Amino acid sequence: MSMFWSVTLNLLEGFGMTLTLFALTLLFAIPLGLLIAFGSMSKLGKTFYRKTSGSEGKEKKPFAVYPIAALCKFFVWVIRGTPLMLQLIVIFYGPGLLGYDLLPRFTAVLIAFSINYACYFSEIFRGGIESIPKGQYEAGQVLGMTRVQTFFHVVLLQVVKRIIPPMGNEIITLVKDTSLARVISVYEIIWNAQAYIKREGLLWPLLYTAVFYLLFSGFLSLLFGYIEKKLDYFKS
Amino acid sequence: MSILEVKDLYKSFGKTQVLRGISFSMEQGEVLSIIGSSGSGKTTLLRCLTSLERADSGSITVNGKTVFDPAAGVKLTREEARENQLQFGMVFQQFNLFPQYSVLDNVTLARRLHAKELPDYASRKKQIIEEIETDAMYLLDRVGLAQKAKNYPCQLSGGQQQRVAIARALAMKPAILCFDEPTSALDPELTGEVLAVIRSLASQHTTMIIVTHEMNFARDVSDTVLFMDGGIVAVKGAPDYVFGEGATPRMRTFIGKMG
Ligand SMILES: Nc1ncnc2c1ncn2[C@@H]1O[C@H](COP(=O)(O)OP(=O)(O)O)[C@@H](O)[C@H]1O
Ligand SMILES: [Mg+2]
Repeated sequence: MSMFWSVTLNLLEGFGMTLTLFALTLLFAIPLGLLIAFGSMSKLGKTFYRKTSGSEGKEKKPFAVYPIAALCKFFVWVIRGTPLMLQLIVIFYGPGLLGYDLLPRFTAVLIAFSINYACYFSEIFRGGIESIPKGQYEAGQVLGMTRVQTFFHVVLLQVVKRIIPPMGNEIITLVKDTSLARVISVYEIIWNAQAYIKREGLLWPLLYTAVFYLLFSGFLSLLFGYIEKKLDYFKS
Repeated sequence: MSILEVKDLYKSFGKTQVLRGISFSMEQGEVLSIIGSSGSGKTTLLRCLTSLERADSGSITVNGKTVFDPAAGVKLTREEARENQLQFGMVFQQFNLFPQYSVLDNVTLARRLHAKELPDYASRKKQIIEEIETDAMYLLDRVGLAQKAKNYPCQLSGGQQQRVAIARALAMKPAILCFDEPTSALDPELTGEVLAVIRSLASQHTTMIIVTHEMNFARDVSDTVLFMDGGIVAVKGAPDYVFGEGATPRMRTFIGKMG
């Protein structure tokens, strides 16, 4: 078998791992992101009144405390504010430092990626949901629809339409971010390609990986373009 | 028995008192227009009636059933609240059509969702949906848009969109249909078609509350006109009275500004 084919097969195997990580991350990050989005929009909490002296003598100024929303926003701030690589290392080596067993490498990567991407997704979801005019919910209400019916039958598709472009960006970024998994020795495509440098001093397999990434991200671009076009029939 | 009786309704937003003791009643088949300058509380009143907002105090009685009266401890169950919600139809200034649904689906959506709760839905599904669609087509025909049933809201003019919104509200067979400045978001040349639809509803004695700045329209379509000023009912009566001897100086100034 020619060298080219053996490299191709080897990279393909690595790319299988890349795709598995990609798909499973999406599978977990999307629902988790939705959960965090609803959490950070939660109005569960308490309104306090602070006495201040304003222009008209004593006034009571209301200020609201929403603990669930605050917690979610804090979490999103931490995750978006630190490098994914650091999070990966914390989740993989952290338990060891505290005297617990390490997680399997792939599980650790999947957890880190899912949490990280859920946080980015949650902000996209929140922006999308909050951009839907209040009038849509009110129209649903006066027609006797429940909040849940209004969300699923009226609001959701409009949100999807609005978030498709930013989600496309994020998801294509995820394809490339999967290569970070190699820092804790998960054998994805870049790891496999780098092995050729170490073992045989061959650089071209590493450059060759670009073809795999390009083909896949090209496919995703087409897919998102297709969905966008499908939803072009209405404006909101 | 009055179909609607509102007594001493109060509503504030923070420190802003918006409704300061609104009382009026109306009969089945009556057309009531509400006029008044911007900020006088007209929208807030409609929103309190249609449960989009909750008043602070006072009472609302619909068809003899008191649906709001916190002082008397009136509290509706979820089912009652829903029933009361459907007594009122609402046509918004901004139409608020559902953009992803065709004109026909805008009109049928809520009824199709409600129909799922019918005990015989599973066995009669096809027939039920057909009935709902026949009703909807009839209503679209009434507002002159049957031929647009398959179009999407973004393909319609503002006037057409508002007429669909009227058909959508009628589909729920509300006891009282409320309009909040139905023509204010429209180009002047498109207001006529919407007003004509409301006029035809009035001629068929649809019970309506219409908040409007169209003075001539209010004058000839209404049985009763109510002039709101600073959160109270300043003048109320038959159009001839309200626009004639009943007009207060402030109302004259207001009408003067409206042209
Ligand atoms: N949700 C709200 N929060 C705070 N103030 C409001 C709200 N809705 C209405 N207002 C205030 O109430 C007053 C009356 O508003 P509105 O009922 O819309 O009057 P109109 O429809 O007659 O123009 C205005 O001063 C407005 O700023
Ligand atoms: Mg208004």
